[in-house]
Amino acid sequence: MKRLLTAFMSCVVMAGAAPLASAAEANKELKMAYDADPISLDIHEQLSGGMLQLSHMNFDPLIRWTKDLEFEPRLAKSWERVDDKTMRFHLREGVKFHSGNTLTSEDVKFTFERLKKSQDYKAIFQPFSELKVIDEHTFELITKEPYPLVLNTATYIFPLDKAFYTGTDKDGKDKSAISKQANTFASRNQSGTGPFKVTSRQQGVKVEFERFEDYWDQDSPGNVGQIVLTPIKENNTRVSALLSGGVDFIAPVPPTDLDRIKNDPKTNLVTMSGTRIILFHMNQERVEAFKDKRVRQAIAYAINQEGIAAKIMKGFATPAAQLSPEGYQGHVDSLEKRFDVEKAKQLMKEAGYEDGFTISMMAPNNRYVNDDKIAQAVAAMLARINIRVDLKTLPKAQYWPEYDNRAADMMLIGWHADTEDSANFYEFLTMCVDAESGTGQYNAGNYCNPELDKLVQQANVETDTAKRTEMLQKVEKGLYEDAAFVPLHWQDLAWASKENVKIEPILNVMNFPYIGDLVVE
Amino acid sequence: MLAFLVQRIGQAILVMFVISVISFAIRDGLGDPLREMVGQSVSEAEREQLREDLGLNDPFLVQYVRFAGNAIQGDLGNSYFYGKPTMDVIMEHLPATLELVIAAGLMIGFLSVPIGVYAAIRPRALLSKFFMGVSTVGISIPVFLTAIVLIQLFSIGVTVSWFPSDTGWGQWLNDFFSTDGGMPSYGRGELTHLFGSWHSNFFTWNGLLHLLLPAVSLASIMLPLFIRLIRAEMMEVLQSDYIRYAQAKGVSPRRIHFLHALKNTMLPVITVGGVQLGIMVAYTILTETVFQWPGVGLMFLEAITRSDIPLIVAYLMVVGLIFVITNTVVDLIYGLVNPTVKLTGKKA
Repeated sequence: MKRLLTAFMSCVVMAGAAPLASAAEANKELKMAYDADPISLDIHEQLSGGMLQLSHMNFDPLIRWTKDLEFEPRLAKSWERVDDKTMRFHLREGVKFHSGNTLTSEDVKFTFERLKKSQDYKAIFQPFSELKVIDEHTFELITKEPYPLVLNTATYIFPLDKAFYTGTDKDGKDKSAISKQANTFASRNQSGTGPFKVTSRQQGVKVEFERFEDYWDQDSPGNVGQIVLTPIKENNTRVSALLSGGVDFIAPVPPTDLDRIKNDPKTNLVTMSGTRIILFHMNQERVEAFKDKRVRQAIAYAINQEGIAAKIMKGFATPAAQLSPEGYQGHVDSLEKRFDVEKAKQLMKEAGYEDGFTISMMAPNNRYVNDDKIAQAVAAMLARINIRVDLKTLPKAQYWPEYDNRAADMMLIGWHADTEDSANFYEFLTMCVDAESGTGQYNAGNYCNPELDKLVQQANVETDTAKRTEMLQKVEKGLYEDAAFVPLHWQDLAWASKENVKIEPILNVMNFPYIGDLVVE
Repeated sequence: MLAFLVQRIGQAILVMFVISVISFAIRDGLGDPLREMVGQSVSEAEREQLREDLGLNDPFLVQYVRFAGNAIQGDLGNSYFYGKPTMDVIMEHLPATLELVIAAGLMIGFLSVPIGVYAAIRPRALLSKFFMGVSTVGISIPVFLTAIVLIQLFSIGVTVSWFPSDTGWGQWLNDFFSTDGGMPSYGRGELTHLFGSWHSNFFTWNGLLHLLLPAVSLASIMLPLFIRLIRAEMMEVLQSDYIRYAQAKGVSPRRIHFLHALKNTMLPVITVGGVQLGIMVAYTILTETVFQWPGVGLMFLEAITRSDIPLIVAYLMVVGLIFVITNTVVDLIYGLVNPTVKLTGKKA
């Protein structure tokens, strides 16, 4: 009897073990600390890095970026261009939502329509006219004009569970409502297709996740079963938490602590050159001299980007001479940093400003890495060509209203292109200010070059990659020649983990760690 | 007694009114809350619409009257960031802060009295001098520095190699000064649910461990102050006639010190203690930030960076109320300890 039982038991174990081996070994616990926690469970409430990180944990996009900025199929297993304005997608079959519902084209349509209503996303989806359902697993994205960035935009479509978000909640409110202030159904409840689901959440304290047992991606090597995400705002505390073994994974890592973590044998440090450009605008409407191209160039020649990146950023930045980082279509390799003080002085002399002038400058002091110190350095560099700077730095909450009012002659801003595309930089930072179309919303220099604007507009409807690249590079060169702004650097990214947490393969320049694929040894 | 309480309630209302007016008046200087609520590429028109919906475009007086009208009915508005009533948000965070203050308070109470009394009775003893020296250092080190040093020593650990490690004594000294670390450096750890929004640290070992370092840093500011206060008061009391008389009568020193002298020593200590307790709630902002302790201090600091104005106003009003309440309680206790004290409003 006993032998029989043993045999029976081993059969059960064997039978159970076979499928387990491939997928269900996901039982490792991961404690991570970010500088902030997600503000809501509704991924359409805000377009921000934090919300996108959450989206990649609890949802899956149609397609996603790989490390080398290529597209990787996720919920859409393939796609093809039907005509100039239409792209057809084929959905993966048998994908389950956390609620148990099965993913179909209707869910994608529902998500698309919700995105068009979201205050933060509607701008990105503005070029699209509709999403047409062909059958259960086929749909088409149709744009108003030929649009080159359909795939870039598709990385923002994380299908929501239509059945789950339809109807009214117990207070009689629409479950699909999006609101930034009120507590909506969607801000408290979630049903996605992603590798994790939230099991408990205390805003500002911690969020707990558990792996979704029916996750579609059985090939993912990820073996994290539970996650505890704690927001730790204070840089020092976040680093201490990692060094003391309290957490397994932290981001971001402050530049001052890079060496400390690199030298610790028990931790991994991963850094990457980022895509967020830091720059100064020179306001031509406020300062007559800035209308003169030679003065703008002189300023560009006076700034030592390499010095700022090395001394102030401790090497934690990539010096820039243009907006587009490497890998973007508009990036031009040949554009060199200009630093040359003699040349700058000569240009000032030519423009008739040898004795210089006085300007005001503003920068935030808690928005970008070392933002106030960068501004101080730039002010000191400008003093060498007789431009006296009256600098004021402000906390970000107070800085942005000043920025909207264009309250100083030179203002600092950092920009990351939501579409991971060069044209986004131009639209917001350098195109002529136009309230109607919304271009130049952050162009605090009031720089305006209609010729370049025309090129950007053409590029926005050009679906031929080679032609489009040429146009965008032309814009980048034009901006460089005009010294439309003062580029400083692209802010680097850094993450750190314990030795046994293999973060390197899952990180990317967009700063969306694909934690579903994370391997913990 | 009743008249006294009524008077204090009146004071509390006045204090909260003044706080609300002041904090409402400075709100424009705190920045634009919209920026934290929307992404970077949202158009100005969209933001303007949201501002209108939130009522931020109304004149100051209209906004204040609306706020005050709701406040009288107990509604202090909704936090922009949390999207729920500010009082709920504060009530969720308050237990963490109160527990931290209680833990620090207990440490101060249990340490300052014996040390202070000892230092007063044996002012020339080596140990007394040591305590006084340490307390001077304690007063002069800012709380966040204490916190960071504690984390480095007890959470991360320090390996010391000041002494030659090839000699026995050097190795021993190196080991002596090195620490292992391992203490939790952030957050509250494992909690026990008591009631409502109150989750407690006091009932699990893990919770107590998490509480230790933050409580020590918070106590480090007040402890030296209390040791010095108790010592000074005690020394003065020991000079008084009734103590000398008791000594002459042959009463045992223990009875003199702990029964007769200590009671009178504690009077000013209670007054100062009450005020300091309120100040400690304010000091928690620093401690909570360093240890990521999810209490009202941390919440307040983040509310400021997000210019979450309703939450800032509500926090300031609640803290104002705590100050008034602690002072009232102190005055009541004072009356109990010292029968010669008359409460205001009470007929002599």
